[in-house]
Amino acid sequence: MPIWIFREYDRCSGCRYCEVACSLKHEGIIWPEASRIRVFEYVPGITIPVLCSQCTDYPCVQACPTKALYVDESTGAVRVDEGKCIKCGKCVEACPGRIPRILPQKDSVIICDLCGGDPECAKVCRALGFNALVVVDKWPGTHYKLYARDAEKITRDYIKKLYKVDPEEVM
Amino acid sequence: MPYGFTGKFVEVDLSSSKVRVVDVRRDLYRKFLGGRGLGSWILWERLGEVWEGLDPYSPENLLIVLTGPLTGYIAGVRLAITGKSPQSGGTVGSTIASEVGLELKCSGYDGLIVSGKAKDPVYIFVHDDKVEVRDASKVWGKGIRETHKLLLRDVLPELRKTPRFGEPKEPAMIYIGPAGENLCRFAAIEGKYAHAAAYGSYGSVMGSKNLKAIVVKGTGPLPPVYDVVKLKELIYKAIELVPKKAPRLRIWGTGQGPWRYGRDLSSIPVRNWQEEYWVEKSYSQYDLEVYDWVKRYWADYGCPLCCMKVTVLHRNGETVITDAPDYELLAYEGSNLDVWDVRDIAYLIWCGEELGLDMINAGNVLGFVAELFERGILTKDDLGFEVKWGDVKAFERLLKMIANKEGIGKVLAEGTYRAALKIAEMKGLKPEEVLKYAVQAKGIGIGAHGIRSGLDYPPISYVTSVQGGDHQSVAMLPLDAPPIVNEVWASLADSAVICQFNMLGGLDLVFDALRAVTGWNISKEEWVNEDAKRILTLQRVLLLLGGPDVYWDPRVHDDNPPRFYEPLPSGPYKGKAGDREEVKKLKVQYFSELGWDELGIPTKETLSRLGLTELEPAVERVRKRLGI
Repeated sequence: MPIWIFREYDRCSGCRYCEVACSLKHEGIIWPEASRIRVFEYVPGITIPVLCSQCTDYPCVQACPTKALYVDESTGAVRVDEGKCIKCGKCVEACPGRIPRILPQKDSVIICDLCGGDPECAKVCRALGFNALVVVDKWPGTHYKLYARDAEKITRDYIKKLYKVDPEEVM
Repeated sequence: MPYGFTGKFVEVDLSSSKVRVVDVRRDLYRKFLGGRGLGSWILWERLGEVWEGLDPYSPENLLIVLTGPLTGYIAGVRLAITGKSPQSGGTVGSTIASEVGLELKCSGYDGLIVSGKAKDPVYIFVHDDKVEVRDASKVWGKGIRETHKLLLRDVLPELRKTPRFGEPKEPAMIYIGPAGENLCRFAAIEGKYAHAAAYGSYGSVMGSKNLKAIVVKGTGPLPPVYDVVKLKELIYKAIELVPKKAPRLRIWGTGQGPWRYGRDLSSIPVRNWQEEYWVEKSYSQYDLEVYDWVKRYWADYGCPLCCMKVTVLHRNGETVITDAPDYELLAYEGSNLDVWDVRDIAYLIWCGEELGLDMINAGNVLGFVAELFERGILTKDDLGFEVKWGDVKAFERLLKMIANKEGIGKVLAEGTYRAALKIAEMKGLKPEEVLKYAVQAKGIGIGAHGIRSGLDYPPISYVTSVQGGDHQSVAMLPLDAPPIVNEVWASLADSAVICQFNMLGGLDLVFDALRAVTGWNISKEEWVNEDAKRILTLQRVLLLLGGPDVYWDPRVHDDNPPRFYEPLPSGPYKGKAGDREEVKKLKVQYFSELGWDELGIPTKETLSRLGLTELEPAVERVRKRLGI
């Protein structure tokens, strides 16, 4: 059954061990900017973990001109065929949250692959006792796309809740 | 290149706006690691010859921002900042929890050296291999929150200039407030809202260079390590161990401190250290939980412990957003000023942090002023208004006057020690008549941990510390005593550049991590007997060289503030006080353990054993000045 990583902003401390665990697994070294999950902190104290939401209509996969992106049937993750990716950025443009990441130092686009069903980020978050990232079964529905927003938008909304100020005051 | 390092520093000369990348000699990494150790050595190498005459506010002083071998790899990101300190005349390895450390390494640099002085306000922007000096006129004069906001707006378009690459994460930043710009001698370098590298007053060194901020974004990986499998294992071990060893810090931050150090251990400053015990009931974490904190867990990168909270208050039409408050500031803006409502304390902290003040030293100065007012040494005529214990409005006014150097603020902005000398002069008093109310060591206000009850900090903590009143790096015996604030271990944390609290997971973990990252086999014994001694000896020599406005005489200044010899007037440890004879004995013992003579001057043999023979002429200069 496909899985999904639930993200609870209230519980995220911003320790960014998810980035450490993810890059250690995928890159073999600590590389926060190449992590498939990244915690944004545009405003101090407002820590927003952002990763692929596996939208049910997969706009990124549809937008890929070289068919480098495909859906992993078992987990529901978007996978990248590294040999085919030309770093054109069409997937970034198609994503409602502009979540895929292209780095000059890497040959292909970076998208969360759900670690084949046992995500390192959620494991480390649980080991830390924060449980801001929790793996759940992916129930049918299209609401997952709601989380595919860019970090700046989420931050602005979250500021109103936590700080009760106009976001313009702080960012 | 040794594992865990990039081997490069970026150097920015603000006078000419020239940027160059410099290689660091490989042997220096092993000798000094990074951070506080390596920074002190770079200062010695470049400025040692002219140290005593060097004005910390002159363009010739350096501001060095450093990472260390462990930065970013394990347990709590940190950044070390050093230079010739305007407070002590020596060097302080002033550290701040800041992702600037991580971003620098990801940009390919172990550190940043800033020299010269910009003509107009500027900030430095490091983006991978691109290093720019940019106009900061829009943020000059602004408070911390506004500075953070405007700088972010200034650099985000640049970071996003290739939209098809996706969203870059926010850059890390450190900056100063008006206090630093106006060369207040206890101005901090701030990060986020109230994270600060405060001891040493490097905020004012930045101000003297017209440098408002340093903004860094690196997109590369951390440098390769010696044994990544072992490192990964250690990271998970730290995650498991550290919170377990100090669960209270995750739940309450250090905000639980006032009860512990006030009620139980009698070591909290109360009314400028006139007492160190209090009986008020509603103070500390309960009130913080109920009134202040809106976010319970807030960490910086790589911290498994997570001792910070976010506090939000709405007051006088303003929204206060600040960190913890932590123990030190609860004590210094709280009990030390006779302010007991945590909302008042958080408000005062916010006022000061917004101005970019070091709020430990600010609280030290404010308490000193309130006591001088109480004793009639400073009057309403001097101050412009009354400064009574517990008067939040008066303290708020004073903070602004200090940061802007208005009225008496100009004198007070010099810090407790120098202000005491000036006030004595103003009032026609002998220096010691005012200095007896100044609770400081080597020009640096003492942190909120007393020595009189004998239960918290040991008697020579501040007496022989190479960083004066710094409560996070103090002297104790035996040399390898386990507290993490022992300067032997503090110099490790500040040179490997990790958070000291994360050493609570055990020192073995730190040494194992050092081995896994660098491949060096440094043992605990080796650290205590050689590496720590090398760093402390170097710092001691620079401290004794001192100058140009104040010089330290070991026979006079290697001592506790006079207040610590007055008996505690209240509490379960009433009557207890520092013992001059004991201090004298311990001091000599400590010096001898470090291979220094009875005045704390490193001997020739010690210098040669530690590979510091270059320091011999400097030691001779110290001897000559002291006439010994």
